[in-house]
Amino acid sequence: MYALADCNNFYASCERVFEPLLEGKPLVVLSNNDGCVIARSQEAKDLGFKVGDPIFKFKDTVRQHNVIVRSSNFALYGDMSRRVMQTIRLFSPDVEVYSIDEAFIQLDGLRGRNYEEEMRQMRATILQWTGIPVSIGIGKTKTLAKLANHYAKQNSETSGVAKIPENPDEMLKTVDVGDIWGIGRQWSKKLRNMGVHTAFDLVKMDETRIRDSFNIIAMKTAMELRGCTYFKFEQSPEQRKTLLRSRSFAKPVTSWQELSEAIASHATRAAEKLRNEELVAKVLRVFFHTSLFNVADPRHSAHATVDFMSSTNITHTIIKEALRLAEPMYKKGFKYKRAGVYLLDLSSGSVQQSLFETQEEQVRDKQMMKVLDAVNTSMGKGTMHFASTGFTKVMSMRQMHKSPRYTTHWDELPTCICGL
Amino acid sequence: MVEELRLPLIGGRAEAGFPSPADDFIERSIDLNEQMVTNPIATFFVRASGHSMQGAGIHDGDLLVVDRSVLPKHGSVVIAIIDGGLTVKRLRKRDKQASLVPEPNESDQGSYTPIEVGLDTDAIIWGVVTWSVHNLQCTH
Repeated sequence: MYALADCNNFYASCERVFEPLLEGKPLVVLSNNDGCVIARSQEAKDLGFKVGDPIFKFKDTVRQHNVIVRSSNFALYGDMSRRVMQTIRLFSPDVEVYSIDEAFIQLDGLRGRNYEEEMRQMRATILQWTGIPVSIGIGKTKTLAKLANHYAKQNSETSGVAKIPENPDEMLKTVDVGDIWGIGRQWSKKLRNMGVHTAFDLVKMDETRIRDSFNIIAMKTAMELRGCTYFKFEQSPEQRKTLLRSRSFAKPVTSWQELSEAIASHATRAAEKLRNEELVAKVLRVFFHTSLFNVADPRHSAHATVDFMSSTNITHTIIKEALRLAEPMYKKGFKYKRAGVYLLDLSSGSVQQSLFETQEEQVRDKQMMKVLDAVNTSMGKGTMHFASTGFTKVMSMRQMHKSPRYTTHWDELPTCICGL
Repeated sequence: MVEELRLPLIGGRAEAGFPSPADDFIERSIDLNEQMVTNPIATFFVRASGHSMQGAGIHDGDLLVVDRSVLPKHGSVVIAIIDGGLTVKRLRKRDKQASLVPEPNESDQGSYTPIEVGLDTDAIIWGVVTWSVHNLQCTH
């Protein structure tokens, strides 16, 4: 059995934890250059905002409905994500962090037999400890867990936790084929033309016909809906948005030598995986910590986040940055239990490679000119691409609505008023 | 969550090259986090602003350690959400009524009023303040 825990409107929820005034208001979070919408509160979804919408086209809507606009604050989202994931790990050791706001949990190892009860308790704990509301779906396969999660989000009477019932037909009939994990817009269009509208219809479809009309992934997805496991941990039918490489050490690690080797090897594997999937990463997060369970030994939890100058999948760049972040955080005398590298804000694309800093700067300046030219001439696809590839100079100009890094910077802590 | 503040428990090394007899006892440093942060996952730091809680030992500019996993009870100092903002109050529970009470210096009493709230305080209470860190070198 699997569960999928998915934070509700995660970025918007993070903003609201520290600014409760935003509760109930439409809120959008923008991409790194304040260009497009990357996340929405429920109220913003209801107003019709879509992920990818260029915000300048919606100035009137923003003004008319007092939509709160925020620049992305990955330092905050990353730290809140870490807290949510660590809470989940207290309930089950078998956790696959699927993205910044989603994790699959293998339930078979849980002590309690009542998975639903256990997951309700986990949900309540996450909400109390971090302030982040999550929805949880439980099913025999990852695809079913994902589907149950969708059901939980759509149906408030579930109170955020839904389990695929023994006879799932009725539930499957309520789920649109386009809402199935891994079935994209293209496929759902084609499926509808074939008379397949719901998850139930897809389950009933002949699997060889699915394979012949689509591909093996689509067939596996249909089989997963029938309860046969095809996607194990770390396997999925869709393009990833984040990439986590971490592992618990077999025995506790105390030396910088060992710790740095572990981090470098995670960085290496993460970079390989990126290139393999033709992705580049913009944000790097490095973490290591002592055991979450052992209270007898002194505890230390370290983590840091950095934006790459430009998105990258170059191994040595990622290793260098990872170790540069990790080294000052390392403390002697602690028994580290886990270390990892987390790459965020992934996009598809290639990297400008260069061997020397000066060359790199030249290339960068050239590209910057291209960006400006593109902005000046047309707001086409190229603009979006270059802007999201990212240059710190451009970005720092365009992060106009950023909330404080409440949890990671001493001079940006939330303030509470002693008054009234 | 926080940079470690580490103080050696026992220190010293003999200058002439002889090992100090105390060295055998040096095991580790003590860390302020161990005292003040019992559940790092649920602990947040918040900066206090204003004077209404001076009676409770919270001064303007103090650093508050807030543990969201601690259950608020009668007498807890809490961060409460009032009018969408974070405020610090003392929680008082009596019979079937709870109230959020400011705790100013004696001289200021009367200028602040308690706020009556229902017993279901989940939505109002953001977290329980477990420590207040006051900088004695500060000029505020």
